[in-house]
Amino acid sequence: MSSVFQIIGPPMVGPSSSHTAGAVRIGLLARALLGETPTRAAIGLHGSFAATGRGHGTDRGLIAGLLGWNTDDERIKDAPERAKQAGLEVVFRAVDLGENVHPNSVQMDLAGADGDGIALVASSIGGGNVEVARLDGFETRLTGALDTLAVWHMDRPGFLAQLTAVLAGVAINIATLRTARAHRGAEALTVVETDAAPCAEAIALFRKMEHTRKVRVVPRFV
Amino acid sequence: MNSHFTTARELLALCAARHRSIADIAIAREIEESGETESAILARMLRYYERMRDSVREGLAIDRPSPSGLSGGDARRLLVYAESGAALLGEAFGRVIAYGCAVLETNAAFGRIVATPTAGSAGVVPACLLSLQETRGLSDEQASRALFTAGGVGHIIGANACFSGARGGCQAEVGSASSMAAAAIVEAVGGSPESAIHAAAFALMNTLGMVCDPVGGYVEVPCVSRNGMFAAHSFLAANMALAGMRCLIPFDEVVSAMRDIGRRMPPALKETAEAGLAATPTGLRFRPAPFHSSESPP
Repeated sequence: MSSVFQIIGPPMVGPSSSHTAGAVRIGLLARALLGETPTRAAIGLHGSFAATGRGHGTDRGLIAGLLGWNTDDERIKDAPERAKQAGLEVVFRAVDLGENVHPNSVQMDLAGADGDGIALVASSIGGGNVEVARLDGFETRLTGALDTLAVWHMDRPGFLAQLTAVLAGVAINIATLRTARAHRGAEALTVVETDAAPCAEAIALFRKMEHTRKVRVVPRFV
Repeated sequence: MNSHFTTARELLALCAARHRSIADIAIAREIEESGETESAILARMLRYYERMRDSVREGLAIDRPSPSGLSGGDARRLLVYAESGAALLGEAFGRVIAYGCAVLETNAAFGRIVATPTAGSAGVVPACLLSLQETRGLSDEQASRALFTAGGVGHIIGANACFSGARGGCQAEVGSASSMAAAAIVEAVGGSPESAIHAAAFALMNTLGMVCDPVGGYVEVPCVSRNGMFAAHSFLAANMALAGMRCLIPFDEVVSAMRDIGRRMPPALKETAEAGLAATPTGLRFRPAPFHSSESPP
């Protein structure tokens, strides 16, 4: 935990920090990684999320996050109705992601308006703290505790050097950096947690890099 | 200057080296980690404290059942009894119980609370600090400063165990909250950092093994009464430490024991509502409707 406000906080609407507030935050991370409000969300609930999620409003929380609402938004209980109005279609089902996955976990397949989509597995690890463990098939770790940059790219020599040079150029410190690739020379995902939000200039430079496929900026939770 | 710590041993060493309180070290650590100014951090915590107090007041006013029907109106009842002149051990004792329950009633009614460290344990710390404001004349600034003491202890628990009922049982939620509250009480009334850590150790040691078996999977039974109970429990632990009692097992080792017990605890007793109170004949009447493998939009 990097901040005392991960322990004292978040301010939230009840009833459960893991099943309600954590669900909102997973929705917020997923929305930021998609880069827009999704039009379709297929959501698999694992373990305790499937067993007791209904009474905790886990479904409502996930939808609220996908709509971009925060953990203390009093509209959370009305999220399913608001989703329909916003053109977001959501389907829930129970899934078994295996024994090694945290009991409060969710699998999400999201589609955006232009047909672009993402798939992720995320867990609510307690006290409203969450982590994305898998994104588009890549192992990762993305928590929203810090400003985060997700870059889908090709696995090429020098790519990370270019990426970190851009951050150095705008004096943004890297807290963590994690790269996973499908196989040598194939598609890869790099997730960088930074101590400040990357500026528009830096984001434009990331997008221009030869082997970049897609760039998403995930703001830290407030 | 580095105020990093992940154990009580490290935290107490920092306190001793700088002649500062746990709250001071937690504030210094937050400044270093976040890059924010001290005044911004203190202001944010004060806002959280005000929200906590609102969540107590809102809960004390609840006079109808929660959406699930499992709770509602007890905090109000407890307050009336506390003020009746007949309350056992006096009004302040009755009030701290009422305050702890009140936050969980607000929570069950989909109201706004501050997770401290979780929603299911959100009543313990606010109840203790509000009670200290009434009995010891703490200002809002002093009360919100005590939240940094609580947060400092929380850092140690978070770094070495967890706050998740699904992973560690209720000892990880209400046990952690009570441990944090006990330390906060001790520092708020002028106790030393060592004394605060002993209070934290007593509080956590006496919640070890506590399972998470919520009726119907809702955060209500036993959670509402438990938050009232363990707010009082935090004062018991603080009382022991302030009297000079010392916990044989050091706090860091109690935290390790909590993690170990959490790992060994069967999943049926970790928030899944499959055993314990949830599986009693009465508890089963409120069995949650799970999500199924194919489900239409809610």
